[in-house]
Amino acid sequence: MIEHRSHLYGVMAEFDTTEQLIEAAGKARAAGYKRVNAYTPFPVEGLAEALGFRRSAVPLITLIGGLLGGGGGFAMQYWMSAISYPENIGGRPLNSWPSFIIVTFELTILGAATFAVLGMLALNKLPQPHHPVFNSPRFALASNNRFFLCIEARDAKFDRVRTALFLENLHAHDVAEVPDE
Amino acid sequence: MSAGTPNIPPELRRSAPVLEPGHTYGSVTEKISAIVLTRPTSMGWFVGFSIAFSLAMLLFMSVAYLILKGTGIWGINIPVGWGFAIVNFVWWIGIGHAGTLISAILLLLNQKWRTSINRFAEAMTLFAVMCAGIFPLIHTGRPWFAYWMFPYPNTMGIWPQFRSPLIWDVFAVSTYFTVSFFFWFVGLIPDLATLRDRAHPRAKQVIYGMLALGWRGSARHWHRYQTAYLLLAGLATPLVVSVHTVVSLDFAVALVPGWHTTIFPPYFVAGAIYSGFAMVITLAIPLRKVYGLEDFITMRHLENMAKVMLATGLIVGYGYVIEFFMAFYGPDKFDKFLALQRLTGPYRYFYFALIFCNIITPQFLWLRKIRINVPLLFLISIVVNIGMWLERFVIVVLSLARDYTPSAWGRYAPTFWDWSTYIGTIGLFLALLFLFVRALPVISIAEMRELVAHTSEEKK
Repeated sequence: MIEHRSHLYGVMAEFDTTEQLIEAAGKARAAGYKRVNAYTPFPVEGLAEALGFRRSAVPLITLIGGLLGGGGGFAMQYWMSAISYPENIGGRPLNSWPSFIIVTFELTILGAATFAVLGMLALNKLPQPHHPVFNSPRFALASNNRFFLCIEARDAKFDRVRTALFLENLHAHDVAEVPDE
Repeated sequence: MSAGTPNIPPELRRSAPVLEPGHTYGSVTEKISAIVLTRPTSMGWFVGFSIAFSLAMLLFMSVAYLILKGTGIWGINIPVGWGFAIVNFVWWIGIGHAGTLISAILLLLNQKWRTSINRFAEAMTLFAVMCAGIFPLIHTGRPWFAYWMFPYPNTMGIWPQFRSPLIWDVFAVSTYFTVSFFFWFVGLIPDLATLRDRAHPRAKQVIYGMLALGWRGSARHWHRYQTAYLLLAGLATPLVVSVHTVVSLDFAVALVPGWHTTIFPPYFVAGAIYSGFAMVITLAIPLRKVYGLEDFITMRHLENMAKVMLATGLIVGYGYVIEFFMAFYGPDKFDKFLALQRLTGPYRYFYFALIFCNIITPQFLWLRKIRINVPLLFLISIVVNIGMWLERFVIVVLSLARDYTPSAWGRYAPTFWDWSTYIGTIGLFLALLFLFVRALPVISIAEMRELVAHTSEEKK
């Protein structure tokens, strides 16, 4: 029985060790596959490079959050103390910036941290309760002790049979098709 | 596969490993998640939780009575307007600092031994900050107006006074709580996914699944996750220093003798870490014993924490000496008088007790024999907790009780409601910890797997 290509998310291979996974990821990329992703129970050093990920946008988003928090924080205090409700206390300056530094600092951290976390989640498209990879039969082990490499069906070079064979030749423990729905 | 038995030569065995040998990815997953998923809830847990929760009820009752009657039920009055509320606020918030130090600063310093203690230390931070936050809130007298401290557009047409350290505190503490929560929750996401994949009844699976936000361990996700986590650590590090600095400015900015000194910020930060590590030790020792986590929280952890406690204790000791030195070196006769009042005034026994608890007791930690003696270490950590509470008591109360003019002098003694509120927060803190231990993994499973990967690499 032939399944239509669009019903398939990809082909998933299971590995026992991080070394095997990194090696397989490198070989898949070398073979010309572009839509390759790995699923691991902990961040694996060297995997991002093997899969050819570029630098993430998280640091930039964090910087923007920090600047907005700090700039906005200082502007808020300036506006409230010097413009909206100016109080002349013994001729002291209204824009008493040294006393505004602490709140500015705290809001910088708050802005940066909030943007870092929400930015990371947004870029990862989380929360996303369901995803096709969960259909993979042994995928529960991806949060335990196994390492998975998935070549997605959207890849131009993807072919149900040939891609599966390719993965099997990489010393995969187990190769399985991942249905889309 | 993975970690076998690392062959550590005996001469290096002198310091215990951060992870006992023989663990694999699967075994750490199994062992830590079993505490939450498969282990039956023990009788001890129920007894402990009941006691803690009863004390938390005492807190709720005390707060309800306070709201009914006003702050007159406490021992505070003119001139000592800052009693237990502020003492406990500073004490609790200080305890929280060790959690952030362990999770953020030790991460940046690449200290592997942080891995198995960071999760519950972070939880401790969150719960301690919750307890801390209650005190200034109810100390305002009209806590239902506490939102006035935030700058929101209002019909009165006024804004908070941003030149006041008390407003700085509002921003510092609320930022601290938020960032600590982010740090803790982001760290939890992969572990929640592990629990989701291992939980049995459908309901549990759904709850953990919702909390895990659909985490699937994608390499692309890990890549961003790690960046975000590291950035959070980098942000939390200056934050934790700033929070206790701001707390110390509540005192140091005032012109009260004994408070108005520049040593306060560093001395408060060191004191916070000191008391925080004492609390982490107090909690870690029973935790590893009850849940059989000696493989993960090893003697190495206890010994290292004891060393941090000793080091910060010495900084605190330096702070005490400098307080005296500056009083007599400086020109202010009120400062000199207050310094002498510490030794001869109405609260002198508290001062002697705090010197005993904070300066003399930790000196035993110079000896390795004591650092690796678990019951003694536990005892010392309790003594330090008490000592740091006494320190805040002396700082807060004595300076207010012995102001410039003898006619303005007064005394402060806590009432039943002071004590019940304080003991109640300890109950709340412990009750939350009991719930945490039961519902969430006390040790970061994902990071333990990384540790397994690293230790097996070292072997090669």
